[in-house]
Amino acid sequence: MSPYHRPATLQEALDVLARPGLCIAAGCTDLFPATGARALNGPVLDITAIAGLRGIKAEGDDIRIGATTTWADILRADLPPGFDMLKQAAREVGSVQIQTSGTLAGNICNASPAADGVPCLLALGAEVEIAALLGTRRVPLDAFITGVRQTTLRPGEMVTAIVIPKAQTGGRSRFLKLGTRAYLVISIAMIVARLEIENGHIRTAALAVGACSAVARRLPRQEAALIGGRADAGLVERVEAALITPDLSPIDDIRADANYRAEAAVELIRRAVDDLVTGAGKVAA
Amino acid sequence: MNRGFDSLSLTVNGTTVALPVAPGRRLSEVLREDMGLRGTKVGCDAGDCGACTVLIDGAPVCACLTPVAQAAGRAVTTIEGLDMGPLQQAFLRHGAAQCGICTPGMLIAAKALLARVATPTRAEVEEALGGVLCRCTGYSKIIEAILDVATPGTPSPTPAAGHAVGARVARLDGGPKVAGTEVYGADHVPDGALLVRAVRAPDAPMTFALGDIAAWCAAQAGEVQVFTAADVPGENRFGVLPAFADQPVLAEAHVRMRGEAVALVAGEASVIDALDLAGFPVTWQACDDTLVHANRADNILVTGRVARGDLAAGFAAATHLAEGEVSTPYIEHAYIEPEAGVAWLEGGQLVIQACTQAPIMDRDDTARVLGLAPEGVRIIPAAAGGGFGAKLDLTVQPLIGLVTLKTGRAARMVLSRAESMATSTKRHPSKMRARIGADANGRITAMAFDGEFNTGAYASWGPTVAGRVPVHASGPYLVPAYLASASARHSFSPISGAFRGFGVPQATILQEVLYDDLAERIGIDRLAFRRLNALQDGQTTVCGQVLQGVGISACLEALQEPWQAALCRAEEGNAKGGVMRHGVGIASCWYGCGNTGLANPSTIRLGLTAAGRVSLHQGATDIGQGANTVIPQICADALGLPLAAFDLVGPDTALTPDCGKTSASRQTYVTGKAAWLAGQALRAQILSLSNMGADARLALTGQTLVVSDGAGERRIDLAALAPGAQGYALMVEETYDPPTTPLDADGQGAPYAVYGYGAQIAEVSVDSVLGTVKVTRITAAHDLGRVINPLLAEGQVEGGVAQGLGLALMEEYIPGRTENLHDYLIPTTGDMPRIDTIFVEVPDPEGPMGAKGLGEHVLIPTAPAILNAIRHATGARITDLPALPHRVLAAMRKASR
Repeated sequence: MSPYHRPATLQEALDVLARPGLCIAAGCTDLFPATGARALNGPVLDITAIAGLRGIKAEGDDIRIGATTTWADILRADLPPGFDMLKQAAREVGSVQIQTSGTLAGNICNASPAADGVPCLLALGAEVEIAALLGTRRVPLDAFITGVRQTTLRPGEMVTAIVIPKAQTGGRSRFLKLGTRAYLVISIAMIVARLEIENGHIRTAALAVGACSAVARRLPRQEAALIGGRADAGLVERVEAALITPDLSPIDDIRADANYRAEAAVELIRRAVDDLVTGAGKVAA
Repeated sequence: MNRGFDSLSLTVNGTTVALPVAPGRRLSEVLREDMGLRGTKVGCDAGDCGACTVLIDGAPVCACLTPVAQAAGRAVTTIEGLDMGPLQQAFLRHGAAQCGICTPGMLIAAKALLARVATPTRAEVEEALGGVLCRCTGYSKIIEAILDVATPGTPSPTPAAGHAVGARVARLDGGPKVAGTEVYGADHVPDGALLVRAVRAPDAPMTFALGDIAAWCAAQAGEVQVFTAADVPGENRFGVLPAFADQPVLAEAHVRMRGEAVALVAGEASVIDALDLAGFPVTWQACDDTLVHANRADNILVTGRVARGDLAAGFAAATHLAEGEVSTPYIEHAYIEPEAGVAWLEGGQLVIQACTQAPIMDRDDTARVLGLAPEGVRIIPAAAGGGFGAKLDLTVQPLIGLVTLKTGRAARMVLSRAESMATSTKRHPSKMRARIGADANGRITAMAFDGEFNTGAYASWGPTVAGRVPVHASGPYLVPAYLASASARHSFSPISGAFRGFGVPQATILQEVLYDDLAERIGIDRLAFRRLNALQDGQTTVCGQVLQGVGISACLEALQEPWQAALCRAEEGNAKGGVMRHGVGIASCWYGCGNTGLANPSTIRLGLTAAGRVSLHQGATDIGQGANTVIPQICADALGLPLAAFDLVGPDTALTPDCGKTSASRQTYVTGKAAWLAGQALRAQILSLSNMGADARLALTGQTLVVSDGAGERRIDLAALAPGAQGYALMVEETYDPPTTPLDADGQGAPYAVYGYGAQIAEVSVDSVLGTVKVTRITAAHDLGRVINPLLAEGQVEGGVAQGLGLALMEEYIPGRTENLHDYLIPTTGDMPRIDTIFVEVPDPEGPMGAKGLGEHVLIPTAPAILNAIRHATGARITDLPALPHRVLAAMRKASR
């Protein structure tokens, strides 16, 4: 029977990780569905007992979300409005049961194109803190996830935190997820928008789209087009498909076709932007 | 074999135990298999269904996604830890449990919510339950129950003698369902039972050759026994319709569908669970067969046909024509309980306890496969965690029976969600086209219908679908000239079988969509058009049958006011502008109850015990629809004793006479009628014994039966009567078989003795930019004749609407691609609209106390009503189901071009 490690300290975890072939487990909401087996396969490193790995705290210029912080923890955390999109995503991940167990770090490590957390974290400029016996490194999230279920995590390494620079958490934000049913649904498309408004104009804009490319993408052209615009009902005129769809590479699958996905992403961006500046607060996917 | 592990300390429902278990084992497995707490159900092992929801330190989690190590040292609460308090009582009172398989998960999720919010809003309840799937109830009664916990409403009635029928009696078998003690297919595990798994085909068509099995067995960590087709002692062929039986229990040399079993492995659970079946010695070879069965040319299994009147003349007389095509995909039953069961030997008899809808058919088919006489097999149906048609077919029964026969040991098998979805039967994919004509006054003059139904690799219920569709494709309307044909065509794909409605839901989509076209062309209100053409008492169906007790007009009339109100709501909504477009649709249905032109009797045995109890031997399986409650209600009133005097016996092929299968909406009608006859017969015996008149009242006080009328009273000491062969003081057995006649070559005859009718209004809001559809309200008017139990009947309607909504908007089974409950979507709490149910009681001259069947027709109008509403809202005509957002948007654009 394969060993199951559940260390209480990070040092012990990193010592164990030096051995080859370990599977890192936290919420297990992606690991168990991937196997029909009665138990997790292979040697397992369960990181949920490591003290200090769970929770959200401010550290200098950053906000640090520990690797075993669950979606439910995020929902309950006291965070500024720039994080509203992350909380909205937390409420739409799977079900209440999944939110209790599933972790945000696990969501990015699983690297599904439809990961609900990734667009939010991209729009918050998140970096991934990675530890190994030889030291710790920090990688921007867009460099961490490289493809469908692919990350730059190397053998012997584990994610210890998601680090968000406070400078990228300003303004208000929205998360919109489009699926074929109300709960427990994998997105057809999802988008986030975070806008900082200064003197009635857009100072910064952070937009991202998920489930419309192998890895969720920021929309630099569209963001640039919003900056400087008046923060009123007219802002939505600046949202243009031509500034968005070139950054996407949607596919046809059982949930929707590619053209629809691209169109829906544009429409959702439009709705979120409009909602953020007009403050209706009632927009839905 | 959990030795070799350090003990983990688990605190479950306040009790702490130390268990030597693998730390990475699913908590659901530890609770069920190691601790025997089988109230926690497993539906998917992937967090998709929520049936296994438990609390850890008060927070809901899926036990199937929790390694037991993470639960150690924390407080785990399971259904066994609930106290049968107000929450569970509310579930009983509201009929929130139908099959009951999702009930433990629902209750635990609700418990977590109520601990946080004492009086939650409906929206809060919907969100809290969003992660637990239910396939039976449509969630309405579950949500109502939770909203009713804080301020309990009316308690369940306990009707007096003669007043059971029509009362909102809480289901008589509901207690174990809300307590979590109900025994489903996976829940009975005799000591020492072997676990059985199947080696299955990766694709089809393929041929295969088995390799060195002995060597493979020897290489495994523990003792493994393997069984193949060569071990099948009887005829390796089964099927629900004996004339078409064509499916091997274990494939012999080639496979016709992905997932077909070619070998069984059996042994200790720990050994079998750990096997990597990918290494099983079998060599697969793809083949280019095109014919699925050598004896069925062109892959046609059966073609059904109904022809009446002069079609050419009918169309010639038409002023208006509507023509169209519709296709529907495979639809998965998606019951939350994957197929499971256990077999053992008892006194030389093979006993099988598995989830099923058809115990006698199971017995006879299993016996034939295993080379036994029918009496050599006893079927004790486990509670079925949903059935909807697929559990009419044999699943695990012959497989575990084979292992038990060969080894002499108990053997159990529990299909995984993926196995269940790959191998169980489905709703037939259909490609249909039709043409309907109406005269200048709006009267239908002719209809032609042709449908091809993909029946998959084996016959199953394909012939029944091909037979039922032409009979029903006219809808409950007067159609003087008619030609309909439906073919069931094989493919190397999953088996299409019985699924709530046997093809009629598909056909009705096309017919009702074309009726909207006709109404538009004629320039008549869509409801008025249907009322104009609705079949009336004394009129002739497309089969030439003259019907009485026809309730469609009454249903449509009941919808007149809701229809006007719904149209006003849509108009007001649309007047506000914006991206949301609002629309209203309507559709009707009818459904013949019981087998099509074939005998399908039910027999009920009723005994009065010496102790003064009434034993009702009821062989109809209650798969959640309520036979265990409705049949006693009918019988109680026929006999004249209160429901509380009754004890249910069975179903069990050793204890109950044949009540046939639970399908075709036949149990309330057919078994109900047998129960009514049995009640009447026992009453007649008692009256004769006491020499009292027909109006006498019966009462039981202990072992004394008191018979009284205005004039006098007789007391019968039941203990003093010589017990009969079955041990009863008094006993009767009555059989009822619907009076039908076989159909001729033109489909003319009397296929059913009783029909149910209904019509539904759907109100939708369509996002005109995203193409998403939200159904906001369904108003359902159904004629089920005398309503035996309104509480349970409402539950049937709400559950049928949920399945119809899924069919319309989200469900599409793609073999090999959607073998799970996150790619195959069924509605959640958040997808269900408000449902207003109207019962229309047009008594049937044949049904028991005027009752008609209900189970299937409730589902039929929902999908076409939704599609008609989408079209009303946006102009979008959906011809390929389901109406996924991208398809709706594309159809809207096509309509506006």
